[in-house]
Amino acid sequence: MAKVLVVTSGKGGVGKTTSTAALGAALAQAGQKVAVVDFDVGLRNLDLVMGAERRVVFDFINVIQGVAKLSQALIRDKRLETLWLLPASQTRDKDALTDEGVAGVIKELRDKFDWIICDSPAGIERGATLAMRFADTAVIVTNPEVSSVRDSDRIIGLLDSKTEKAEKGQRIDKHVLITRYDAQRAARGEMLNIEDVLDILSTPLLGIIPESEEVLRASNLGSPITLNNAASAAARAYLDAARRLKGDDVPMSIPSDRKGLLDKLFGRRAA
Amino acid sequence: MRLHGRSLMAFVLSPTAPITDWLTTLDKRSRTSPAFFAGRPIILDLAAVALNESQIGELITQLTERGIRVMALEGTEADVLDPSLPPVLKRGRQAAGEAVVPPSDKGVATARPPRRQEPSSLLIESPIRSGQSVIFPNGDVTVLGSVASGAEVVAGGSIHVYGTLRGRAMAGSAGNARARIFCSKNEAELVSIDGYYRTAEEMDANLRSRPAQCWLENRVLAIAALD
Repeated sequence: MAKVLVVTSGKGGVGKTTSTAALGAALAQAGQKVAVVDFDVGLRNLDLVMGAERRVVFDFINVIQGVAKLSQALIRDKRLETLWLLPASQTRDKDALTDEGVAGVIKELRDKFDWIICDSPAGIERGATLAMRFADTAVIVTNPEVSSVRDSDRIIGLLDSKTEKAEKGQRIDKHVLITRYDAQRAARGEMLNIEDVLDILSTPLLGIIPESEEVLRASNLGSPITLNNAASAAARAYLDAARRLKGDDVPMSIPSDRKGLLDKLFGRRAA
Repeated sequence: MRLHGRSLMAFVLSPTAPITDWLTTLDKRSRTSPAFFAGRPIILDLAAVALNESQIGELITQLTERGIRVMALEGTEADVLDPSLPPVLKRGRQAAGEAVVPPSDKGVATARPPRRQEPSSLLIESPIRSGQSVIFPNGDVTVLGSVASGAEVVAGGSIHVYGTLRGRAMAGSAGNARARIFCSKNEAELVSIDGYYRTAEEMDANLRSRPAQCWLENRVLAIAALD
């Protein structure tokens, strides 16, 4: 059965779009049929991060307004057969998103895909509330930092009250994804530690993505990190998180790019 | 066209004679928290003072100059008031809050319910998230989870938080000075009992991050550790 997943956070710049692309690609790499949907109408970015910006013809708003069919607006990824993108419109604003329109598109996507991943815009206004509205599962992206954590808490409150599932009295599945985690800074007390974040949010953890230059590099190349450099620490963390989303039991760890002394020695000998 | 009923919580200002002294006291209080009245609906209770129409008008002008906007009057015998003055409210209940929880309480404030004497309380098993507000004017509120930063709990009686209190807790909102606030970890932004409040900044640092209780002692809000 198709699952609608919203990637949300409240605060901007914490890594929603990067995480949407990485989780979408990771699920597609595992053979799932995935559509990633950009809800950030007017400030679209997912097309860039997915490397599809030069192939956008029709968009989400065109589909809602009946200008184009869903199949015309969906863009297939060049690297993965089962990964598709529904881009947002850059020339419109969030008012172009209607409740019925979004409901219709999500319903149509449910028939065609295993996973529909909605990339929410920042904030708690129309775009963000409609991105979460029809979700079965939510991934709340949080940086280990007080303002991000409080905004995430606000979003969790909205997930529990403003989504279709919540209004029917059902519970939406929620997971916290901690991004930009720097173990050394956390050890020095310059960042909130994982326990504090989870204590404040009282929501289960999906994964911890370490701060990494590889993430930025992949974004600039227009490739999800799990495709661009699957061996990197951040990619491994996203691949593990995607497996947990599928229901696999994967022990929690914080992957690291730093090599131990032995690795360094062997690495040098091999070279 | 549809007409809706709406209940909401407003602050009530009750001037006492002589009005000039009362205004001085008000100014003193406003100086310590300047934005306190900003944007809040205020009801002016005139039961304790005998004012005629022009005096009421003058008082409202004085309050408007202080940034206090009066939405309605109370406690005045006045079917005869000038239409430029705010409307007169009747049958307002003390701290008749818009009860977010429980839903069965919604919209009863328009008609006065029979006063029930049995104790009532509200139990919340989930954490209270930032931006959420739980208002329960009828009794105690017990929260099993935490109250997040930016969330608030308003109770007519006492407030018990078994998680961490990071947001605001306002107990005794219906004018109950015997109400108390208990929490198993005090990280509160603000605690208040019967209108007497204390912000995080005014709390002793050694009362933070530990179990604590707050109560009212001779109109002073006291906080003590519970461990």
